Amino acid sequence: MPAGTLYRGREGMWSWVAHRVTGVLIFFFLFVHVLDTALVRVSPEAYDTVVATYKTPIVALLEYGLVAAILFHALNGLRVIAVDFWIKGARYQKQMLWTVVALWVVLMLGAIYPVLGHAARELFGS
Amino acid sequence: MSTSEKTAAGVGPVEGGAVYTVDNPAPFIEAPRQRTRKTPKSTRGNFELAAWLFMRLSGVVLVVLVLGHLLIQLVLDGGVSKIGFAFVAGRWASPFWQVWDLLMLWLAMLHGANGLRTVINDYAERANTRLWLKGLLYTATVFTILLGTLVIFTFDPNIR
Ligand code: HEM
Ligand code: HEM
Repeated sequence: MPAGTLYRGREGMWSWVAHRVTGVLIFFFLFVHVLDTALVRVSPEAYDTVVATYKTPIVALLEYGLVAAILFHALNGLRVIAVDFWIKGARYQKQMLWTVVALWVVLMLGAIYPVLGHAARELFGS
Repeated sequence: MSTSEKTAAGVGPVEGGAVYTVDNPAPFIEAPRQRTRKTPKSTRGNFELAAWLFMRLSGVVLVVLVLGHLLIQLVLDGGVSKIGFAFVAGRWASPFWQVWDLLMLWLAMLHGANGLRTVINDYAERANTRLWLKGLLYTATVFTILLGTLVIFTFDPNIR
């Protein structure tokens, strides 16, 4: 079997699936996000009440998920751009994918404390 | 194995392969999309190319805008806990962050909407379904962009 000619079921396909799923998720978040931000035109109380839900532990977990989706979509998006515009992009697409995954893991570890810290303090006391 | 027949050479018998000879040549088939005098100068614009390029250019800019936004909102100065009306008032007092948010709003919405257009084209097979889904998508997109723009331009820190 010639190497590097199979797309289906391999890294290239799964990164494409993940790119698509994260892109759609971010779009739906953005729609809701513009609506909640629009509450600043209603009243400070209305805005602060809704934003208060953003600070609860369960939503903090969702925010961590959003960060995960955006970081993957952004890093893999740069990889897709490199595949399209860099002469050697296609040849190194696999290495670039593992670079994306490694960077993503590091950044997600770094995001644990800033994004989830306040939730942990609320749940377990400080 | 599949049901297709295979000869020893790995090539199946070619039906009618020997029918055409030098004296009896196969009919000439024009290449698809061959330009003739009747075809109009351009049968389609370059919209898909522009959309493809826009996805990449906006993507590069969004990396800075969105990751910067997330850093400010979720990491710096105590993360989400600091967000409230007063915080937003402080940020939108500066034209710099107004322009930042405006650019992020337009680019992310157009990038996301164009991405969803691709997804709809891929999965919705019936013409009617596509029409309705795209109608819904474009309506929601225009509405969100206009609302977000209005909110940035008409923000009033002394609303109460
Ligand atoms: C959970 C993470 C997020 C939080 C806590 C957050 C918070 C905020 C806040 C407080 C504002 C008010 C203006 C400002 O301070 O700049 C805002 C506006 C905005 N955010 Fe976010 N944001 C988040 C994620 C995102 C993401 C992922 C995107 C883009 C995909 C985004 C796009 C925007 C846009 C476009 C505006 C302007 C809205 C308008 O025009 O009315 N935000 N965000
Ligand atoms: C953070 C920086 C971003 C980068 C570098 C980026 C990059 C890209 C690129 C290069 C594509 C084209 C993929 C292809 O043609 O195969 C794409 C598709 C897409 N993006 Fe983004 N993007 C970013 C942010 C966003 C945001 C904020 C949203 C949502 C509002 C979004 C939603 C989508 C969607 C829905 C697609 C279509 C996916 C598909 O067709 O499979 N992206 N992105």
